[in-house]
Amino acid sequence: QGKFTLLRDTRTDGSFLVHHFLSFYLRAGCKVCFVALLQSFSHYNIVAQKLGVSLTAAKERGQLVFLEGLKSCLDLLFGEKEEQPGQPSPLQFMSESTSNLKALFDFVRTSLTPTGSDSWKGSVLLMDDLSVLLSLGAAPVAVLDFIHYCRVAVCSQLKGNVVVLVHSNEDSEDEENELIVNSLCHHSDLILWVEGLATGFCKDVHGQIKIIRRVSLELTAEQDRVQIYQYKIQDKNVTFFARGLSAAVL
Amino acid sequence: LVFTEEDKYGLYSNLLFKYFLAEGVVCGHDLFVASARDHPDNILKELPAPLLDDTNRNELGEEATAVKSQDFQDSMKIAWRYQNLPKMEASPTTSTKFGHYYDVSKTMSPELSRSIKWHSFYLPEELSSQPKMKTCNMKSAYARLLHSIQRIIYQEGFDGSDPQKKQKNILRIGIQSLGSMLWGDDICSSDTPEDIHSLTKFLYVLRGLLRKSLSACIITVPAHLIQNKAIMERVTNLSDTVVGLESFIGSERETNPLYKDYHGLVHVHQIPRLNSLICDVSDTKDLAFRLKRKLFTIERLHLPPDLSDTVSRASKQDLAESAKLLSSGCGAMAIGKKHLDF
Repeated sequence: QGKFTLLRDTRTDGSFLVHHFLSFYLRAGCKVCFVALLQSFSHYNIVAQKLGVSLTAAKERGQLVFLEGLKSCLDLLFGEKEEQPGQPSPLQFMSESTSNLKALFDFVRTSLTPTGSDSWKGSVLLMDDLSVLLSLGAAPVAVLDFIHYCRVAVCSQLKGNVVVLVHSNEDSEDEENELIVNSLCHHSDLILWVEGLATGFCKDVHGQIKIIRRVSLELTAEQDRVQIYQYKIQDKNVTFFARGLSAAVL
Repeated sequence: LVFTEEDKYGLYSNLLFKYFLAEGVVCGHDLFVASARDHPDNILKELPAPLLDDTNRNELGEEATAVKSQDFQDSMKIAWRYQNLPKMEASPTTSTKFGHYYDVSKTMSPELSRSIKWHSFYLPEELSSQPKMKTCNMKSAYARLLHSIQRIIYQEGFDGSDPQKKQKNILRIGIQSLGSMLWGDDICSSDTPEDIHSLTKFLYVLRGLLRKSLSACIITVPAHLIQNKAIMERVTNLSDTVVGLESFIGSERETNPLYKDYHGLVHVHQIPRLNSLICDVSDTKDLAFRLKRKLFTIERLHLPPDLSDTVSRASKQDLAESAKLLSSGCGAMAIGKKHLDF
């Protein structure tokens, strides 16, 4: 409860973790606000069905609030009707010169605030992915502010969890992105860092995942606990194994 | 969304661009061609003619989905070509073979190229027309292009907005040399461009349009001119497929015996992972292309067997270094950097 999890990927695609967390929290009965900036709803829906969860059903019973970034952006640019003054588009920062993400935050907060008839076990904010906000014109400070507000609202006030995916590269020249990633790393309770293998492409091992539990944040003078596993992605699930012990080798 | 980085002189990427459009003509898709440099009419006149020999299989379609990425070479200018993978429900209405062959020495007959419906966007003409539009702080050329594409998609019913239309077709969009100075963007000419978000915003909105409709898009970009590498990283993130073309013209690789059969390399930096947890990777990551008189082919790069005794040490080292970069697709070559002579 009240945890901030950072999903980070380098040289590979960590979106399988997003799919996992989505179906995990939905099955656990939490209310999920999913800010999906990179792919369309049907993409997530199809993968979720393979993992055993139906996103359309979850949306209908109010358990899932889905913000499809691609669609909102089209409505913003091509929509003919004027927006009602009380409900600005969540991606409004794209069309204004002020790059604060307040509208997006308001969207998140209103969708996760429990209404009287709700009986969900917790609230979760899931974001895929944060690096896209920079591409759309948000300043890094604005993104960090947004995350901070989300943490206050979701983790502290609602005792919910926040899971965010970011991309990073080792020799990245994208300094704004690196700034955000480093800053988030310092504030996360749990970091899942997915990397492509340093030795190159392999058919049986798709990458390695580093799990870092930030125990040091709890001021008990313990060090962070780091575990490293390798993984292989299959059609319906992902298998994890200790380094060097892939099924192809044994 | 397929994003292509052009090779240094734009020769080969232009060729692939035309192949994409020609495939659309032969498959009966609608076309939308946008360019700031050549008039779309001229582009359309120069499409290669299809080879109507039915017994050939086209590998060109397969290479688009099959390759994996390779390491960067710092000294080379990398040209990327992105191949667009459409978000389409209906598959193209062709025969069972995948794609067609084209003969680059002949141009497509006008009857064939006029048999499909096509739309064009030629920037110098569009700039003179007046209407105001919402731009979301993008460069006006990009905004106009987006509005134009959206209008076509809506009017022709590619987004399913017209339930009466029974024949579902696919729109193939080709955008040439995006990001170059002709589009009013200075990312290719300056280190600190005025607005680094225009191109990425454009791509995001385009991605939204493509996801919402039955269309596929190929974009070629002179990436070797873009100084700010952060833009390229963001662009890679926003595209489905990223392919680079690196031609050997004017580089030291032209005379390297390793590459004597080929005209350039194909780097695939990203392949799409859509609707599934996994993506379709193949064994080979090294591809090279060559342009013969009639055919443009992309093949696995394999090293010739190292049979000669008289190869000098310098070139052996070169070959060995290149061998280190190539993955398992090639034959047996010396792995070490040093060649031990006894």
